[in-house]
Amino acid sequence: MVNEEERLRRTMMFVPGNNPAMVKDAGIYGADSIMFDLEDAVSMTEKDAARTLVYEALSTVDYGNAELVVRINGLDTPYYENDIKAMVKAKVDVIRLPKTENANMIKKLEQLVEKAEKEFGVPAGSIHLMAAIESAKGVLNAYEIACASKRMIGLALSAEDYTTDMKTHRYPDGAELEFARNMVLHAARAAGIAAFDTVFTNMDDPEGFYRETKHIHQLGFDGKSLVNPRQIEMVNKVYEPTRKEIENALNVMDAIKEANEKGSGVISMNGQMVDRPVVLRAQRVVQLAKAAHLLNEEGDYIEK
Amino acid sequence: MKNSVERELPENIMNKLNLRPYKSTEIGNPEIQRVAPKVRTTTGEGKLVESLEKVVKDNVKNGMTISFHHHFRNGDFVFNQVMRIIIDSGIKELTLAPSSLTGVMNNLVIEAIKKGTITAITSSGMRGELGEFVSHGGLKNPVVFRSHGGRARAIEEGAIKIDVAFLGVPNADKLGNANGMEGNAVFGSLGYALMDAQYANKVVLLTDNLVPYPNTPASIKQTQVDYVVKVDKVGDPDKIGSGATRFTKDPKELKIAKTVNKVIVNSPYFKNGFSFQTGSGGAALAVTRYLRQSMIDNNIKASFALGGITKPTTDLLNEGLIAKVMDVQDFDKGAAESMHTNNKQQEIDASWYADPYNKGAMVDQLDVVILSALEIDTKFNVNVMSGSDGVIRGAVGGHQDAATAKLTIISAPLVRGRLATVVPDVTTVVTPGDSVDVLVTEVGIAINPKRKDLIAKLSKLPGVKIYSIEELQKMAAKLVGTPNPIEYTDKTVALVEYRDGTIIDAIKEVKK
Repeated sequence: MVNEEERLRRTMMFVPGNNPAMVKDAGIYGADSIMFDLEDAVSMTEKDAARTLVYEALSTVDYGNAELVVRINGLDTPYYENDIKAMVKAKVDVIRLPKTENANMIKKLEQLVEKAEKEFGVPAGSIHLMAAIESAKGVLNAYEIACASKRMIGLALSAEDYTTDMKTHRYPDGAELEFARNMVLHAARAAGIAAFDTVFTNMDDPEGFYRETKHIHQLGFDGKSLVNPRQIEMVNKVYEPTRKEIENALNVMDAIKEANEKGSGVISMNGQMVDRPVVLRAQRVVQLAKAAHLLNEEGDYIEK
Repeated sequence: MKNSVERELPENIMNKLNLRPYKSTEIGNPEIQRVAPKVRTTTGEGKLVESLEKVVKDNVKNGMTISFHHHFRNGDFVFNQVMRIIIDSGIKELTLAPSSLTGVMNNLVIEAIKKGTITAITSSGMRGELGEFVSHGGLKNPVVFRSHGGRARAIEEGAIKIDVAFLGVPNADKLGNANGMEGNAVFGSLGYALMDAQYANKVVLLTDNLVPYPNTPASIKQTQVDYVVKVDKVGDPDKIGSGATRFTKDPKELKIAKTVNKVIVNSPYFKNGFSFQTGSGGAALAVTRYLRQSMIDNNIKASFALGGITKPTTDLLNEGLIAKVMDVQDFDKGAAESMHTNNKQQEIDASWYADPYNKGAMVDQLDVVILSALEIDTKFNVNVMSGSDGVIRGAVGGHQDAATAKLTIISAPLVRGRLATVVPDVTTVVTPGDSVDVLVTEVGIAINPKRKDLIAKLSKLPGVKIYSIEELQKMAAKLVGTPNPIEYTDKTVALVEYRDGTIIDAIKEVKK
């Protein structure tokens, strides 16, 4: 039932591409997306080794249902083209381009991916793309970036480079990111793709992490990039629907079923017509509830 | 000759030593004759002596069996002091029968073997250089590995007949009343040493802390002690325990611990008055933390916690979540101090803890235990003794004993580095699969097919994947590949006893 558009992307866990133990175990923590990093986490001397390691892992390790993403090295590096070839050959789900500033960068990437798909006999169009927005330029061009290719599935805000570009740094209240967050989010929504918030690196500040995650959840982000598997559970907790939300969503789903059985095009609940946004929201709540193990096999709410 | 876990045992040695192959985890109700020590009568005058050399010279003779305890772990100063004197005295052909051997003892044990001072060993385990030395055929007679409960049984039965026990204590009075709780090098429970004190023909206490008579509470009693020797230091307090107990931050260990807790909480045993034993590893400590929260959330209290005790467990006692803590040893300072001050903590000896030939041991009352594994195979047999290279590097400890619990959970990662933990056949069988119920790994759990009740109970745990153990083994093999078989010679270097004294496996010499 979950198609590509509806895929849950609450958590995108960063995994250094040069760390065999972490690459091997990346699938056990229940991240919705796993992002193997060939870029900043990997030193110059290990670029080739990391590419080979991630290629082998993608080809042999079973990561279950997780969406597999690779952050390749940037356009201006000598690793860029080889990264693309190797990851297309490994049939990764998504290639993430760092430091994206305009639509042309995505279009260039798309061409090379298309070429590589042909070269390695990978079905055309099967490799998806996403862009990391890490500068003022990227933020202002977010919408054209989001629309640059049919392969685009998401935008991610990367706050470290962005705040440096803005001549500031990160603060606990996140005011310095508010504009960028809203720009990235609106661009993504307008283009019909996912929006990922930036990482939160201080593992000794769970309160700050929860505060930030609740905030971006409220704004409407799909989820958050993560640096530590221990953060997965915390994000999922924030995204877990309440019992009331779930019961309401289940009622909406029942109403849909009833309408379908009657062959009626109008969905009504308690005598009121149910609008399309309500239906969409209910579907997402049910999906989140299932992911949080709050529904049993019959689709009923489970008391925790 | 094969036993019931399909292990080939050396016929000539089995016959010569009149040993029986392992058959079953069932102990039954055999009638056992216990032995008693020889007692040299005295009013107690003159027990306090200055010279350890003289005690050794007067009491240790060629061919005898001597023993030590390992409560000081890697902070032990007693073993090496005594062994130095024994080696230098030219005494030969001793059997060394400590409760276990820690790394700090390795060098002198190897020297004593090379010089003919020690010609036989029985222990719970050995590690490091000594394990290498024995695995490469350094000792003529096979080492006999026994569990803590098995050692208690062997001592009571007379299979281990201790001539002289050298027991280090952090305090003693001049007649030999002593405990493990006061002084500089405290370790809490004297659980393993209490067997030696009760059954050895001669008991020598070594202490760095002579206290006024009568010393109470007395764990070792003056009625058991022949000599009290004052030494400079019995141990290094910083190396006895794990120090301040630190919770792991390793996400994989935490994931395993969380799953272990889910298994416990959803088992039929998680109800008021249940009992449990956890180990001292990072994952085990994390389980205690998650279990604490589940006990609070479900308003459930435990009747007792058992075994090697750590501070997280005594914290639960202080919170009122556990009614009693039964300590056979204490792994950290916190637990040792708590035993001193909290009368709900009871020191128990190894027999009370786990001896199968008993009128009931505490492990027989145990509901839930969490144990580790170096390897576990598709028959659920567990190895905690030898590495994947065949070299001895572990200890039976209380593994076999505690595995008699109603719910035995093995917590272990699927692979460690490039080595599979879940394997087709373990290198050495220590604990038979018949006593293991659930394996918890980071990818999911496997339930012993014999436990149909547990399969029904645990089959729908949210977020926990259930595999067959064969599936887990295949997953591990897919990740790390299949290693070449280890090459052994025909020489048997060690025998592993099951808790009832039958032989569960033999360890061969590893080819160089």
